Amino acid sequence: MNTNGGQALIKSLELEGVEVIFGLPGGAILPVYDPILDSPIRHVLVRHEQGAGHMAEGFAHATGRPGVAMVTSGPGATNIVTPLADAYMDSIPMVVITGQVALPSIGTDAFQECDTVGITRGVTKHNELVTRAEDIPMAIRQAFHIATTGRPGPVLVDIPKDIVDPRNPASAMNWNWPTDAEVSSSMPGYKPTSKGHPKKIKEAAVLIATARQPIIYAGGGILKARAAEALRELAELTGIPVVTTLMARGAFPDDHELCLGMPGMHGNYTAVTSIQKSDLLIALGSRFDDRVTGKVDSFAPDARIIHVDIDPAELGKVRRADVPIVGDCRLVIEEIIKALNALGGAESRMDITPWRQQVSAWQELYPLVYEQSIDGDFLKPQYVLEQLRDRSPADTIVASGVGQHQMWTSQYWKFNYPYTWVNSGGLGTMGFSIPAAIGAKVGRPDRTVWAVDGDGCFQMTAQELVTAATERIPVKIALLNNAYLGMVRQWQEMFYGERYSEVYLSPDLPDYVKWAEAMGCVALRVESPDEVGPAIDKANDINDRPVVLEFRTDASEKVFPMVSPGTSNDQIDLGPLQNGLGR
Amino acid sequence: MPPKYHVLSVLVENRAGVLARVSALFARRGYNIYSLAVAPTDDERFSRITVVVDVEQAPLEQVVKQLNKLIHVIKISELDPRDSVERELMLVTVKAPAEVRGQIIELIGVFDGRIIDVGHDELALSLDEHPERLDDLEELLRPFGIIDLQRTGRVALPKLERS
Repeated sequence: MNTNGGQALIKSLELEGVEVIFGLPGGAILPVYDPILDSPIRHVLVRHEQGAGHMAEGFAHATGRPGVAMVTSGPGATNIVTPLADAYMDSIPMVVITGQVALPSIGTDAFQECDTVGITRGVTKHNELVTRAEDIPMAIRQAFHIATTGRPGPVLVDIPKDIVDPRNPASAMNWNWPTDAEVSSSMPGYKPTSKGHPKKIKEAAVLIATARQPIIYAGGGILKARAAEALRELAELTGIPVVTTLMARGAFPDDHELCLGMPGMHGNYTAVTSIQKSDLLIALGSRFDDRVTGKVDSFAPDARIIHVDIDPAELGKVRRADVPIVGDCRLVIEEIIKALNALGGAESRMDITPWRQQVSAWQELYPLVYEQSIDGDFLKPQYVLEQLRDRSPADTIVASGVGQHQMWTSQYWKFNYPYTWVNSGGLGTMGFSIPAAIGAKVGRPDRTVWAVDGDGCFQMTAQELVTAATERIPVKIALLNNAYLGMVRQWQEMFYGERYSEVYLSPDLPDYVKWAEAMGCVALRVESPDEVGPAIDKANDINDRPVVLEFRTDASEKVFPMVSPGTSNDQIDLGPLQNGLGR
Repeated sequence: MPPKYHVLSVLVENRAGVLARVSALFARRGYNIYSLAVAPTDDERFSRITVVVDVEQAPLEQVVKQLNKLIHVIKISELDPRDSVERELMLVTVKAPAEVRGQIIELIGVFDGRIIDVGHDELALSLDEHPERLDDLEELLRPFGIIDLQRTGRVALPKLERS
């Protein structure tokens, strides 16, 4: 016996290349925190375990490497359930280590005990309760392998205290680091497919070559597969316009002439309509989410579907694909490009110029619009975001919470680089942005990182700004304070006859500037349009501590365009400024 | 059995928690598991779960795909009753006073079942047969008064090729 479970756990994380752990210690995980003192791994001490989980997600979003969080048993574990569910929905590679009460105490209602693997079973790609110290290295190797291969996702490893506590004989073990071959043979049921079927790839190429009105519907899978370059090559080879879903913003540059931006419930007119009118939808790493399809029966009714996804369960889940391809997006796109070239040059493909002209005409006719506020009125959130975008470095990483501010950020930011957009798409987790931005900044200290937040979101996770201030992680927060749970307010205004139920939050209770200052941030309140630019410039110049800019924004401003829930994408509402333009 | 029942044969790793992972995928969608049988295969590392569920075809395909994503699931096959051999075991205790005891003994004989325990006024019977035959026997025994009845849930294997 040459080591113990606790040391073996930390050593395993080191060997997996972990640079940073986001976490918070407690009784059951205490023995693992002792060897952290002697490890080169950086530990970021969070103020709430939910923060640790979202930081790990933000780190993974920005770097592509798995984020790691470590918390204790019971409440530590339950507090990280939301980030696990979030990471599961958005396919974020993450490994969460939870402490557990000692094996003999499991099931006895011991102090800080909960059934962690039971609770997290439905929100993890995999989870495992480790029962022997000597199994720890293999459990960690499996966790990282599962989290990062196939469709990425969160994996939880639950570690009882006795097998990591050097004072307990159950922790004694001989070190053994499993080989790659041992890891794969230990999981006979786990064999993700990465290479697309050659016959299907040929079929896809033929459909692409013969389509008159094709659209590439790019999803988050492009980013997971590191396929942004391949996507660009495919788009430029074929001239097919690309829509980028909420999870794919940045996967294809917004300033590219073929980029149509975001489709869906709050997508722009051209992105939504070009999907609707397409005769071929090339879905690459996207999953026909209800926020994209609207009413499924009337979604892209005339389109044939090529659907590429690494997860076989996505194919045919919502819409039957004419050509379903299971595989890694990058590999499959590269094969499709080869197959297209094998068919011949541009002359072998249908001329899609008329379609491109139609799409451009829509873009000119229906740009995103908002009305600038007059002096003395509240700020328009869109104006704040445009200023933030134009005054920050082009490769700035932007995180957002969930709600109106998230949609405006996705609409108005120009995402020209992959891995610059960090948001909670599937689960829609309010409070995501601050901890996620911190995690992103830890992963990419060279980049400017802005979190765009709402006042409702801010109050859910603001305590992590204490973490940022203490750890010298200089993130910047643009808080759009409209004193409301804005998206819910918008729905109540539009669909509940302006009956506002429990959505008012007050603009000045709490006093966000004082609160941010108390947490060690520089804080400024911005109330008039001419203050917006200078405040942003000042924030961008501060690099030794977090900054919070509180913008007082107009509560009556709504997110448009909007496809009302349960309706067809054909019924897109452009908002008061454009309705009646005559489509 | 109504046709919307489906029989899945799921080969899994023989380890803690696997059954919970499998059954949770049905439970979260509100699908009832009609019967379930689990035991190790000839290779101790693996178990076979035979699960009968009450699900329409389309959602079943999605559940099967989700089951396939479980790390501890090796292989899933749906067994069409027309192409598989099925067996189930039933133990039943039935009221058997002297005046009807002969009839019950005759009945279990017709079904090729066995008497496994004898009481003063009761008989315990066992029958391993096709599940529908168990249904028939259960039906015929009911008028005598069933005291206890336990079925194992069906197990199934694909029919062998004969060409």
